[in-house]
Amino acid sequence: MYEFSYHKAASLKDALDTLQSADDGKLLAGGMTLLPTMKQRLAAPDQLIDLAGVKELAGIEKHDNHVVIGAMTRHAEVASSELIESTIPALAALAELIGDPQVRNRGTLGGSVANSDPAADYPAAVVGLGATVITDNRSIEADEFFVDMFETELEEHEIITSISFPIPDTAAYMKFPNPASRYAVAGVFVARFGSTVRVAVTGAGGSVFRQDAMEKALEADFSPAALEGIVVSADGLNEDIHASAEYRAHLVGVMAKRAVAACLEI
Amino acid sequence: MLQSVEMTINGKAVKETVEPRNLLVEFLREKQRLTGTHVGCDTSQCGACVVHVDGKPVKSCTLLTVQADGADIKTIEGVGSDQQLHPMQEAFRQNHGLQCGFCTPGMVMTALGLIEENPDPTETEIRQWLEGNICRCTGYHNIVKSIQAGAKALRED
Repeated sequence: MYEFSYHKAASLKDALDTLQSADDGKLLAGGMTLLPTMKQRLAAPDQLIDLAGVKELAGIEKHDNHVVIGAMTRHAEVASSELIESTIPALAALAELIGDPQVRNRGTLGGSVANSDPAADYPAAVVGLGATVITDNRSIEADEFFVDMFETELEEHEIITSISFPIPDTAAYMKFPNPASRYAVAGVFVARFGSTVRVAVTGAGGSVFRQDAMEKALEADFSPAALEGIVVSADGLNEDIHASAEYRAHLVGVMAKRAVAACLEI
Repeated sequence: MLQSVEMTINGKAVKETVEPRNLLVEFLREKQRLTGTHVGCDTSQCGACVVHVDGKPVKSCTLLTVQADGADIKTIEGVGSDQQLHPMQEAFRQNHGLQCGFCTPGMVMTALGLIEENPDPTETEIRQWLEGNICRCTGYHNIVKSIQAGAKALRED
């Protein structure tokens, strides 16, 4: 790792002020992606601003028909939260599938979402549930938030403070994990809100995306059978040593059917 | 620029100055001479460096020492003693849960983290919990048996 200076922010304002005055400052949340990237010298910020002590970024609360989760909430906290288990169990189950137990003890919701890794799990829930990403100065709808691989709507000096997830009637996430890294080769989040259905796909493309044809088919008939015959195009999907674009396209169909089946079992 | 850190390691208060880029595993091994915590992959995959930070197992190769300022750290040296192995360590010994022993400190610290949350884990739960710990010798079967035996010993303790 190259040298850098370190500042543990005492408040959100302190974090913002420090970020604005740094030449090339980076926010440190759980560090589960940033630190390995710095160790490989793929990133070399001159200052890290640690958000671990910022109280405004903590906490899990229910507001009417939404669950609002602070950006610094660790994956293990989401996985074991009784409030989330009783409102959006699919979200707790998704958090339990991220990485390994040690990573889940450090990694955070805000860090994962801000990074927009194409194979991360949380973006599927954020888009699948139609969540709202709340920052220090505005609210961004999930459909606008994720732009591309490692690219979001966030401005350079903007900090995610929390994410507000609407509580669905039913939801489920199914992923085909890479057997070594546990990142999603393809993962599908399905959520039903009354007559509206949302289907979000992670791992398969440059960043998370919705599957319109599946949503329409499921709004007419919420069953795995409704997805028979829907062909997922391999155009533009990721291709690497782990899976071809065609294989990922196929997996999207399989994971979507399993997610719908899981929704119906609850 | 050096920064000052204070933490408790295995019950002992420690005060030092470190570079911000110093990793907790380097701090433990090189400054504290607690070499039971190992560096296997140095890429947060193998789990040989697992220690407890405020009671939770984490990979100390992916944590800056400055992030652990004020924390309560427990390493393998804080488990059992030279005279008396901890029941989980004794279970690894009895069940042939190690061969070369390189991954063992991380396995034991991870196992103790599991027992803290789930005192009576099933075999499947143990295997899932070991997702972040790699062993190249045993094929895991005896590690799973060791953790089952260690958990049982701790429940009866």
